[in-house]
Amino acid sequence: MKPLSNLQIDFMGRRKLAFIVSAVMLIVSIGALVFQQLNLGLDFTGGTLIEVRYGAAPSLDAIRQLMVDSGFRDVSVQTFGASTEVLIRLQQAFDPDVGSDVVNLLRTSGENVNLVRAEFVGAQVGDQLRDQSGLGLLVALGVVMLYVAFRFQYKFAIGALLALLHDVIIVVGIFALFQLEFDLTVLAAILAVIGYSLNDTIVVYDRIRETIRTSRIDDMPQIFNEAINATLSRTLATSGTTMLVLIALLILGGDMIENFAIALLIGIGVGTFSSIYISGALLLPLKLSREDLIPTKKAIDEEEEELP
Amino acid sequence: MLNRYPLWKYLLILVVLVVGLIYSLPNLFPADPAIQLSSAQGDTLELRQIQRVESALEENDIVVKASEQENGQWLIRLRNDDDQLNARDIAADLLGSDATVALNLAEATPSWLQAFSASPMTLGLDLRGGVHFLLEVDMDAALTQRLEVNASAMRELLRSERIRYRNTEVEDRTLSIDFASSEDRDSARRLISRDFPNFEYSTQGSGRSSSLVMTLSDQTVNEIQDYAINQNLTTLRNRVNELGVAEPMVQRQGPNQIVVELPGVQDTVAAKRIVGATANLEFRLEARNDTPDAETETLSFRNDSARSAALMRDVIITGDSVSSASNSFDENGRPQVNINLDGTGGTLMNRATRTNIGRNMAVLFIEHKSEDTVVTDPDTGEETIEREPYVERGLISLATIQSALGNSFRITGLDSPTEAAELALLLRSGSLAAPIYFVQERTIGPSLGAENIERGLLSVQIGLLLLVLFMLARYKVFGIFANVALALNLTILVAVMSMLGATLTLPGIAGIVLTLGMAVDANVLIFERIREELRNGLSIQQAIHAGYERAFTSIVDANITTLLVAVILFSIGTGPVKGFAVTLSIGILTSMFTALMVTRAMVNLSYGSKPVKKLWI
Repeated sequence: MKPLSNLQIDFMGRRKLAFIVSAVMLIVSIGALVFQQLNLGLDFTGGTLIEVRYGAAPSLDAIRQLMVDSGFRDVSVQTFGASTEVLIRLQQAFDPDVGSDVVNLLRTSGENVNLVRAEFVGAQVGDQLRDQSGLGLLVALGVVMLYVAFRFQYKFAIGALLALLHDVIIVVGIFALFQLEFDLTVLAAILAVIGYSLNDTIVVYDRIRETIRTSRIDDMPQIFNEAINATLSRTLATSGTTMLVLIALLILGGDMIENFAIALLIGIGVGTFSSIYISGALLLPLKLSREDLIPTKKAIDEEEEELP
Repeated sequence: MLNRYPLWKYLLILVVLVVGLIYSLPNLFPADPAIQLSSAQGDTLELRQIQRVESALEENDIVVKASEQENGQWLIRLRNDDDQLNARDIAADLLGSDATVALNLAEATPSWLQAFSASPMTLGLDLRGGVHFLLEVDMDAALTQRLEVNASAMRELLRSERIRYRNTEVEDRTLSIDFASSEDRDSARRLISRDFPNFEYSTQGSGRSSSLVMTLSDQTVNEIQDYAINQNLTTLRNRVNELGVAEPMVQRQGPNQIVVELPGVQDTVAAKRIVGATANLEFRLEARNDTPDAETETLSFRNDSARSAALMRDVIITGDSVSSASNSFDENGRPQVNINLDGTGGTLMNRATRTNIGRNMAVLFIEHKSEDTVVTDPDTGEETIEREPYVERGLISLATIQSALGNSFRITGLDSPTEAAELALLLRSGSLAAPIYFVQERTIGPSLGAENIERGLLSVQIGLLLLVLFMLARYKVFGIFANVALALNLTILVAVMSMLGATLTLPGIAGIVLTLGMAVDANVLIFERIREELRNGLSIQQAIHAGYERAFTSIVDANITTLLVAVILFSIGTGPVKGFAVTLSIGILTSMFTALMVTRAMVNLSYGSKPVKKLWI
């Protein structure tokens, strides 16, 4: 089982194509984010969510009508998983008792209704969470960048950061494009994607650094190709194993972590692509040279000026 | 010699393995559904009563697995959740108001494991069902309440020293008193500042419009707010204990929020009424005809708003002075609450009633409520929700003082027995130092919890199986090493989480699944490197050595960056995100140990320091 070991794919030669693919994905993602916006979950918007289980599959329209007639506004009714499970969402968040009220209301028509879960999130909590999450993402990116700059070199840090932004934007963009619900667990998944994709990128960078130090040629594209090909089987094996497990989670894990698994699957797919292609290829326009890693006397002086 | 480990490393691995096994084992013994019986009076129920419950359960075809007594409470272990619900109802009917009956999960850890103080992971609400509340404490109200109390004490002080004042006013964090002359004000200032050092004093105006303005210092404001939160935490804990919930959680979160988690509770409405109740009592004298208007307040009755009475502004005591309370019925069968006061409360009550025999005393029922209204911005059309807190006060009784009252007395005038019982409960557990509001609420049914566990476990098992097959197919003998390490990793991860007392939630299970997927990464890196070194023509022993050596920096760098992200995730996250971050962080650390040390030990044991012809990798 060594199909990849002796392969020498000319990744750098085709980097223009990769950049175009990335650019298209980024534009679509940003477009979706701007025009369609994220379908934010209850955690962020505030509001009330009630999941009930019926004895027999109910008519969603009837439920909707019943709710509207009883004076609820902005009601969204949908099935969740099975046809007997119904998710009711209300934007009006002014009454914490609304959960039990709705169940009582649905029971008035004589049907067998059981409350599975009811969640109520106050509007301020949502705002607070949104700010906190944004801040958390920025801090995570910043800390990681500092670590890479310290362990490698600042050009690597820029490359890694751009690759990470690329991954995050595309995952969030796909969630906006397909209007998948973006809740707290999806946010956790995105942070995990940052960790994971970085993991990949670091392994490739580590190999690039090693190859630059040991090889005698100065042709950067060729060195990058060598490094990426050497780590390719590892990258694919690890992504493969993680995706296997995620697919198990997606299929078997249940509705509550479905979006979590989707976000991770997309993120790891994009992350693998970006760490093979983007993060390495980005080092070329950044003009990474041997001197950046094996500093001559002069280069050390320069570096100290560049890095305050 | 290459590829040999010193003895201590093998011993270290062995010790970690044994410890990991011991502390992860309790998780294999699922907890029994049980009902928990405790006496309402605080003492232990008699064996006779328990035997009555047991025989009643058997009559209803409910199998009792065991019953045991612990910390003054009885636990009756049952077979399944349905039995548990039925058993609770049966026991509650049988024991009536003597006992509190609650649902519980009884640990089934064998005693030899308990000797190591090993216990299973606690399950989060999403896995066992229950209610989660996030409450916000109204800090402004806490300040206002404190100032009102101070104002009342100051008025008393001024009256006893015969200094005339006209009006007292409370606004934000300042308290101002108006006087008829500057002299009165100055002597009042001397007097008050001696007893109330926490204020910053200033004077305004002179002559007939002179007033004394007292502002709380920042430090005092902080102290009051801290006190309010801590007092509320204590009160909420008392109330939750009165509800008879097993393993409740009441915890501060952030500067002004409190999280309450009640596992197993399904009746949210009742739980919310008790947890969030802000009811309190005040005892006041009825105003005399000649009392100046500034000192009186007219309030109406709770059950008859047409009737009203003028009361003194000054409060004799509040419900905070109550040391114990219980509910019963008076001779006419109407609900009543029997109250015992603490020492100071009793003295105050005695002093006030002794000198006022023949006057009326009122019991005032006070409740803090809030109303949310949707406000539409006329310019943007944007809707925001504004919360308007208000206080509901109503008289529940107005009775003539026949004789000096002491420490214990009773109050009547309540609407229903339930109301009497809840009022007694609230008086027992203490009032809230500041009003609280529900800002978040989650109810998870028990069926969803069981389903989540089942699905979570299944996906862990399937994911693990896929991984094991993949590693075997790709790395053969080395795949076995990696798989053993993976199993050990899972064991240690579960053991560490159990030892830390971490709560297992659904995102936590997802974290475990993801960790497993990523845990093999380190081994993949090493094995690929060994293969590569073999292709480059290194000898087998050298290739193994170089493989581990050269992959090391990649593995450490990659894992540290992931760990950084996990730690940030933990520090900013709440609830589900935190659970995920905890498992991810622990998983990264344990997987580094197993992937680097444990597989190396196995490789060294099988291949080290002996001639090897071919490496099955």
